[in-house]
Amino acid sequence: MIEVDGLHKQFGAVRALDGVSFRAGDGKITGLLGPNGAGKSTCLRILATVLEPDRGTARIGGVDLAADALRARRSLGVLPHSSGLYQNLTARENIAYYGRLHGLPPAELERRTKDLLERLDLGAIADRRAKGFSQGERTKVALARALVHNPQHLLLDEPTNGLDVMATRHLRDWLRELRAQGRCVLLSSHVMQEVDALVDELVIVAAGRVALAGTPGDLAARFPGRSLEEIFVEAVGGAGAA
Amino acid sequence: MIATLLTVCRKEILETLRERRAIVSLLFGLLLGPAVFAVLINVVVKQNVSAAEDPLSIVILGAERAPNLVAFLKARNIHDVAQPDFADVDGAAAAVAAGQRDLVLVIDDQFADDFGTEQAARVTLVLDRSKNRTMSRAQRVRGAVDAYGQQIGTLRLLASGASPGLLRPLVLDEYDVSTPAGRSALLLGVLTYFLLFATLSGGLHLAIDSTAGERERKSLEPLLTLPVSRTAVLLGKMTATLFFMIVSLALTLAAFKFSLARMPLDQLGMSSSFGLRTALLTFAVICPIAPLGAALMTLIASFSKTYREAQTYLTFVLLVPTMPVMFASMLNVEPARKLMWIPSLSQHLLVTTLIKGQPLVPSYVLLSVASSLALGALVGWLATRLYQREAILG
Repeated sequence: MIEVDGLHKQFGAVRALDGVSFRAGDGKITGLLGPNGAGKSTCLRILATVLEPDRGTARIGGVDLAADALRARRSLGVLPHSSGLYQNLTARENIAYYGRLHGLPPAELERRTKDLLERLDLGAIADRRAKGFSQGERTKVALARALVHNPQHLLLDEPTNGLDVMATRHLRDWLRELRAQGRCVLLSSHVMQEVDALVDELVIVAAGRVALAGTPGDLAARFPGRSLEEIFVEAVGGAGAA
Repeated sequence: MIATLLTVCRKEILETLRERRAIVSLLFGLLLGPAVFAVLINVVVKQNVSAAEDPLSIVILGAERAPNLVAFLKARNIHDVAQPDFADVDGAAAAVAAGQRDLVLVIDDQFADDFGTEQAARVTLVLDRSKNRTMSRAQRVRGAVDAYGQQIGTLRLLASGASPGLLRPLVLDEYDVSTPAGRSALLLGVLTYFLLFATLSGGLHLAIDSTAGERERKSLEPLLTLPVSRTAVLLGKMTATLFFMIVSLALTLAAFKFSLARMPLDQLGMSSSFGLRTALLTFAVICPIAPLGAALMTLIASFSKTYREAQTYLTFVLLVPTMPVMFASMLNVEPARKLMWIPSLSQHLLVTTLIKGQPLVPSYVLLSVASSLALGALVGWLATRLYQREAILG
């Protein structure tokens, strides 16, 4: 469970977050949707504990990030905007490095790595250096790395960016699998169709505020006869004007 | 904390070992010092040896006016070779200024007339002082002409019945106490410069790559979402940098030890006495400056935006510790307690002492080690403080 209450964050003169609140439940995929610059990334970076909010609170699994970020990070996996793999390390070494930093014992680390390489179909490139990986391979390895410690919560910043159709489909399947395991998945996107096909809960962010939230079904019922994209454009436009 | 530090350190070392660019520049740095040093020493040896023994050819204008002087010079291996293509001092000056001749000795027109009288007979040496090579030769010619004059003067006094001692009321004797190794110290002082440089530059790539480079490649942010303290991560990076610095120092010392044994130091009347014990002590004396270098480089690179920017700043950092060494060499600074507080200068003075074959003063060594380590710890602490800031993400 991820809980966000009244987050404010200012970078110089730019107000990135202006009181964002939402919840992302366990066993659900929650989509943080909004145009570029709406504050999605800032919000995810606060949840990933690399930024601190000016005001407001954020909890991950009931742990207040301001009080005990280190503990919150133990149940948190992060897939950053760009994969951030080490080019001179192999896929296996990239995954193992994070496993060791999570403090996994060697036997468990080996088992988890083997398991993830198999599940994400990375066997062929497991011992190749990340330097030559395709975008899809990079994303997969980064995802395996984020899952190495079996986290309850997963944050993904625009995960389908740069992926081809097949890779995108695979990614969706894995995310559904994680949901079925009862995990809390929070992803950001600016692509309406992608979110529509995948998420259980939608949080539309614009100009640092939550413009609209609910399940896709809810939203469709509240705005009858309109497509999700039209609803999105209206919500974003309204917030932009205000 | 320790486990995190070691994991980060191990990974940074592994990654650097796989970076061809880093390894090539490391090896290049290793070989550069001994190579430059070998060339330097060989040139010095050649110059000194040739100045003392080689026949020296000069042009003498009006040689026929002073056959005895010319014969005297010849006995001293200074030969009149070429026929002059000029007729007077001005012509000779023009030839030397144009670089056609190195040295011209002009025997005055009146030489033969003046020589027999109480008038001083004139001889003019035309030279170019701005040429280093010419200076040692001119010295030889001057010495020979002076010696000839002395000899003639002494003979004349004897002939007139006076004691030649009358002309020498005072005698200055020089008594040189420098040991052969001591004389080589000035040259070998350059050694500390290379050793300090090799130590610091050994960690250069890793210090930049693990901080500014990591941020530039966007792998820093996910790293900071792991349940580890930033202090442990940063200390791990510093330790890896330190590791490469110490390896670089050890390899450079080994290269020097190997190449010094093959350099013709004995021809200079010097013994370098750079044995295994000296090499090990030198290593021990220089090591304490490595943590300071690693901390300072990591600190600066952490707040540079890109690899290139960090490289620019750190090039200056590489120069900072070499400056006291340069001044100390030029001004011939002697080891003193108050200088042992200054990192790099203290290492230079201690290593110079070692090379001279003199005993180290324990309290000096202690001060040098303590001050370098303390400053390193301070800069390291500052770096971990600053690493907690959001600005680290750029």
